[in-house]
Amino acid sequence: MTAEKRKEGSFLSGLLRNQIFIPIAALLLLAVFNLLADPSFFEVRLGYNNAGSPVLSGYLITIIDCGTELAILAIGMTLVTAASKGQDISVGAAIAISGSVLLRILCGTESRPESLHAPIIVAFLISCLVAMAFGAFNGVLVAFFRIQPMVATLILFTAGRSIAAWINNNELPIVTDETFAWFGNYIPGIPIPTPVFIGIAFFILTWALLKFTNLGLYVQSVGINEQTSRLNGLNPEIIKLGTYVLLGLCVAVAGFIKVSRLSTINYSVVAKDIEMDAILAVALGGNSLSGGKFNMKTSVLGAYVIQFLTTTLYKFNVKSDALSAYKAVVVILLVVLSAPVVREKISELFRKLTASGKADAKA
Amino acid sequence: MKPVNGRSTGLRKRIGNITDTNLLMSITIVVFILMYLLAMLFLQKGFLKPQTFLNLLNSNAALIILSCGMTVVMITGGIDISVGGVTALVSMCSAVWLDYKGGSVLGAIFISLGIGLAFGLVQGFLIAYLDIQPFIVTLAGMFFARGMTTIVNTNPFNVQNESFVKLKDTRIIIPFLGSYNKRGDYINAYIEIGVVVALLVVAVLFITLKWTKIGRSFYAVGGNRQSALMLGINVRRTTFISYLISGILAGIGGFVYFMHVGSGSASHASGAEMNAIASSIIGGTMLTGGVGNIIGTLFGTMSLALIQNIVSSVGLDQAWWTGITIAAMLCTFLVVQSIIISRRKKSLMSAAGRNKTGGV
Amino acid sequence: MQERSLLEMRGIYKSFPGVKALRNVDFTLRAGEIHALMGENGAGKSTLIKVLTGVHIKDEGNIFLKGHDGPVQIHSPQDAQNLGISTVYQEISLCPNLSVAENIYLGRGEGNFVSWKEMNRKAEKLLDSLGIAVGPTAQLASCSIAVQQMIAIARAVDMDCSVLILDEPTSSLDESEVARLFDLMRQLRERGTGIIFVTHFLDQVYEVCDRITVLRDGTLVGEYEIEKLPRVQLVSKMLGKELDDMADIKNDIPVFTDRKDTPVYEAKGLCSTEGIKPFDFTIRKGEVNGFTGLLGSGRSECVRAIFGADKVTSGKVKMDGKDVDITKPIDAMKNGIAYLPEDRKRDGIVGDLSVRDNIILALQVIKGFFKPFTRAQANKFADEYIKLLDIKTASVNTPIKSLSGGNQQKVILGRWLLTHPKYLILDEPTRGIDVGTKVDIQKLVLKLASEGMSVTFISSETDEMLRTCSRLLVMRDRKLVGELTGDELTQNTIMNTIAGGERNDG
Repeated sequence: MTAEKRKEGSFLSGLLRNQIFIPIAALLLLAVFNLLADPSFFEVRLGYNNAGSPVLSGYLITIIDCGTELAILAIGMTLVTAASKGQDISVGAAIAISGSVLLRILCGTESRPESLHAPIIVAFLISCLVAMAFGAFNGVLVAFFRIQPMVATLILFTAGRSIAAWINNNELPIVTDETFAWFGNYIPGIPIPTPVFIGIAFFILTWALLKFTNLGLYVQSVGINEQTSRLNGLNPEIIKLGTYVLLGLCVAVAGFIKVSRLSTINYSVVAKDIEMDAILAVALGGNSLSGGKFNMKTSVLGAYVIQFLTTTLYKFNVKSDALSAYKAVVVILLVVLSAPVVREKISELFRKLTASGKADAKA
Repeated sequence: MKPVNGRSTGLRKRIGNITDTNLLMSITIVVFILMYLLAMLFLQKGFLKPQTFLNLLNSNAALIILSCGMTVVMITGGIDISVGGVTALVSMCSAVWLDYKGGSVLGAIFISLGIGLAFGLVQGFLIAYLDIQPFIVTLAGMFFARGMTTIVNTNPFNVQNESFVKLKDTRIIIPFLGSYNKRGDYINAYIEIGVVVALLVVAVLFITLKWTKIGRSFYAVGGNRQSALMLGINVRRTTFISYLISGILAGIGGFVYFMHVGSGSASHASGAEMNAIASSIIGGTMLTGGVGNIIGTLFGTMSLALIQNIVSSVGLDQAWWTGITIAAMLCTFLVVQSIIISRRKKSLMSAAGRNKTGGV
Repeated sequence: MQERSLLEMRGIYKSFPGVKALRNVDFTLRAGEIHALMGENGAGKSTLIKVLTGVHIKDEGNIFLKGHDGPVQIHSPQDAQNLGISTVYQEISLCPNLSVAENIYLGRGEGNFVSWKEMNRKAEKLLDSLGIAVGPTAQLASCSIAVQQMIAIARAVDMDCSVLILDEPTSSLDESEVARLFDLMRQLRERGTGIIFVTHFLDQVYEVCDRITVLRDGTLVGEYEIEKLPRVQLVSKMLGKELDDMADIKNDIPVFTDRKDTPVYEAKGLCSTEGIKPFDFTIRKGEVNGFTGLLGSGRSECVRAIFGADKVTSGKVKMDGKDVDITKPIDAMKNGIAYLPEDRKRDGIVGDLSVRDNIILALQVIKGFFKPFTRAQANKFADEYIKLLDIKTASVNTPIKSLSGGNQQKVILGRWLLTHPKYLILDEPTRGIDVGTKVDIQKLVLKLASEGMSVTFISSETDEMLRTCSRLLVMRDRKLVGELTGDELTQNTIMNTIAGGERNDG
C-alpha cells in the first residue's frame, strides 16, 4: 500500500527521469504539431505505382521507410558509443565505400551492364566483409592504439568518399536489374516498402543478440570500467573492436538499402551527414555519449524521431539544403530540455507548483 | 631521510621535463621541415621558390585561424564542429551585405565578428552552464550555420563591390624573396592581408596560452576538470571563454576566407572543421585535453597544406588522392603520438615505482 | 565565538535527494591544533568537509571564522580559498599535465599574467623549505603519488591558510612518507595553523592529533581531548555500540607448513612486468596466508602476478599438482582463483551497473559469451549474496556506485564467492571501509577457510593480518625476504623482518 503510494507520488519525476521520456516526448510534440498544422499528415493511402502493383503511400510510410537506414546505424552507433566512450563519425563515408563495392561487383567495370556480374547476395556479402574490415580498422585504432574514437574515425571520414570514388574509378555505374531495386523500394505485389521488412529483421536479430548473448553486459561493463572488466576476465580491446565490426555490418546493410533505392550511387552525397543523425539518435535516446550504460530501444526510437522531424520539415517545403538549420534548432531545444541541469529546475518547479497547489487546497 | 624523488638518471629527468605539449609540437615541426626539405630536393621546380611557401600561407590563412580556435577549445577538452559552417555563413552574409545591400567593408567585418561572437556566446553558454555535450551543441551549430547560409542566399556568386575587391587584391610585397620567371622578369613575392591577420592571431594566442592566467586555466581545465575546480579555477567561465574565442576566431577566419575567395557560397569551407581538427592534432593537440600548443597548430596546418601540395605536384592529381593522403598523414601522426605517449607513460610509471621503493 | 576558536561551524544541516547527510552538526577548530574528524563511512565526514570547502552548499547553519564578524558565506572552493581554508584530498586534485610550480600557484594571486621565472623561483624556495625533492619545472604526472600529495600540501601551506584540511592524505603513502607528512603537520601547528585531519588509521590519530570530533549517521557524537578518549572507546563511539566483537576473532587456525598434501596453488619463480623479483609461493587447502610489507614493497604486485592481472614474464604454476598456464585473469578464474583488487573504485566496481550485474559479472564471464543467465537466475544469485553478506542496498537494481564503500566491497566479495573459488585473494579488502564491516570481513575469511577455501589476505593493518593469517610472507623492495609462522607471528618480528638490516641503522 505505502509502496504503491510512493510509486504514484514519484511517477511524474520518475517519468521525467526515465530514459524513454525524451524520445517519446519529442515524438508526441512532433505528432501534435503535425496534427494541428495539417491532419492529412497522418493519412495513409493505397495507390498503384507505374508498374501497376499496389503501394502504400503517405508521410507515415515515408518515415518508417526512410528511417530504416538511420535506425540500423543507430544500433551499431549505440554499441560503439557504449563500449568506446566515443562515436564513429565515418559511417557516412563507410556507406559510400560499401555501396561502391556493391556496385563494383554487380557491374564490373561497365557503367550500365545488361546483366549482373554476380548474384546480389554475393555482392552484398562481400560489401559486408569490406565494411566490417573498415570497421575493424577504426576499431584497431581505438582499441589497441587508444586513439579517441572521434579522432580515429576522422581518418576514414576524410578518406572514405575518396576511396569510394577510387573503387569505381570515379564512374557512377547504374544497375539495370529490377530485382536489385526491390530491396530499396517495393517488391511487386507487396504494398509495404521492403526496407521496413529489412529493418524489422535487423531489429529482431539485434534483440536476439542482446538476449541470447552477453553482448550487453560486456559492452556496458567495458564502457563503464575497463580495468575492472579486465580483472573479471574480459578482454576490453576485443570487445571494443567487436562493436566497431558490428557497426561495420550495420553500415553494409544501410548502404545496401541506400544503393538499392536509386540503383546507383553518388559518392559525394550518398548518406551525407548521416553520421550526425545517427549520433543524434543515440543522444536523443537518452544514452550518454560518454559511454557506459545504453538502451537500444530508445536509440532506435530516437532514429525514427529524427526521421519524423526530417519528413515534417520536408512537408513544409523546407529546401533540403536549409533543412539542417531547422533540425539544429529542434535538436538544441531537445537537448536543452533534457539537460540534467534544466530538468532539475523543471522538476523543482513542478514540486513547488504541486506543493503550493496542495497548500491552496488545504486553505 | 632520503628524498622521495629525484633519483632518476639525468637523461630520464630531462625527457621527463619536456612536457607532452612540447614533445608533440617538436615532432610536428621536425616533420614539416623534413617534408619541405625533401620536396625541395626531389621536386625542385616549385619548392625552391619562396613564393611557394608564401602561397601555402596565402591559401591557408583562414584555416590557420580556425585551427587556432579549435586548439583552444581542444585544450580545454572540448570540440567545436561549427567553425566550417560559421565560415560559410560569414562569407555568405558578408557577400550579400556588400553586393545586395550595398553595405561597406567595415560593416561586413562587423557582421562577421558579430556572427562569430553570437555562435561563441550561445554555444559556450549551452556547453559551460547547461552541461550539454560539446559535440552535440556544436554539431547543431554547424547544421544551423550551413542551413542559414542557404536561407540567406541559395546561389553562389562573386562579389563585385569595388572597395572589397581592392582589399581582396591587396598584396603585401616581401622584399628580396622574389624570383625571375622564364622571361627573366622579376616577380615580387607577396602575402595577402589574411596572412597578416592569421599570424597576428597566432601571436596573440601564443602569448595568451603561455603567459596569461586564463591561458593556463585552459590547460588546467583540460588536464582535470575536477582538480581545476578544487584549485580554485572558475571552470565554467573558463570553458565558456574557450568557446567564445573559438566563435570569434571562426568569425575572423570566415572573413579572411571571404577575402581570399571573394564569393559567397553554401558549399564554402566544407569539411573545414575536420581540417581544423586534423591540423590541431597533427600539431600536437590531444582531444583528451590539456595538451596542445598554438605554434604546433600553425605547423600542423602548414603540414596539411604542404602534403596536399606535394601530392598534386607528384602528379597524383585525381581529386580522391587529396583525401586519401590527408587521411594517411593523420593516421600516421595519430599512431605515432599514441605510441610515444604510451611509452612515456610506461617509463614514467616504472620510474615512479622505483622512486617509491627508494624512499623506504 | 569562543576566544581560542579559529573556526566554528554551528548547526549545520545538509541533505541530498533521499539522504540526510548532516543533521545539526557543530564543529570547532582551535588555532594551532591538529583535530581529527572521525566516523564510519557515511557518517558525514566528507560532507562536512565539502560544506566547509564550498563544494557543497549547506542547507542550514552558520560558519564563523576568526577575524570575520558574523557568519561567513562559502559558495565555491574559491570562496573557501579566499577565506584561508585549504584542502588536500585523498585523490590528488592537481592537474597532471601542468608543471609542479604551476600546480602550486594556479588559480590564485592577482593580475592576469603569469611570470614563469618568478613562479619557478618561488616554487623552488618553497619546495626546498619543506624538503620536497622535486624540480619546479617537472611535469606533475612524472612525480610519484606521494610527491604529488606533498606538492598539494605545499600549495596549501604557501597560501597562508589558517585552516588546513587533510582528507585521508595518508592512504597512499608509505611509512616514511607518512612520518614526513606528520613532521610537516607539526611544523604547521607550531605556526598556529588549525589542521583538520580525516583518516581511517587509528594509530595515526593517536600519534599526531590533539582533539577528536566523532560523527555518526550525520550527527555529532561528541568532541574529545585525545588523552581522555582511549582507543576502544573511540571505536565504540564511532560504531555506536560496545565492541566486544573485535576481541572475538582469534587466530586458531592450524599451521600448515608441515603438511605434505598437494598444494592448491604452487608457483615457482613467478615474475611479472611490474618489477618484482621472481618469487616462489605455495598455499594449501584451508590455509589463510598473507603478504606483508610496506606500501610499494611489491605485495600487491605478487598477487596480481598470481592472478595474471599484470603481464607474467616467467614462472611455473601448478594447481592441485597439475601444470597450468595463467597469463590472463580469465585463465586464473577458470582455474578457480578469485581476486579482490586493492583499488575498489578503479579495479573493483562497475559503477553504473546494478548490484545484480556486479555480483554475477565474474561468473557470467567464466560461463561464456553465449550463455547469459536469465534475469530470474541473476536475481536469485544476487539476493543470495546480498543476504549472506548482509549488503545494505535498496534493491538488486540499485547502481553499485550509490552504495557506501563497505557495501561496495561486500558486493565485490560476493561476486567472487559466487564463482566458488578454490583460492581467494583479498588485497586490502578492509581499506577505507568502516570498522564494523572490517570485522565482518575478517570473520568471513576465517569461516571460508574453515570450509576448505584457501585465502591470501593482504592488509596494511598488521593486527588484522595477525588475527587472520597462519603464515605471513614478508616483502621488501619488491623482493620476498621472509616467511613467518607460529610463534614468529608477532608485531615485533614482522616489523623487524620488514625493516630488515636497514632498521638497525636508525
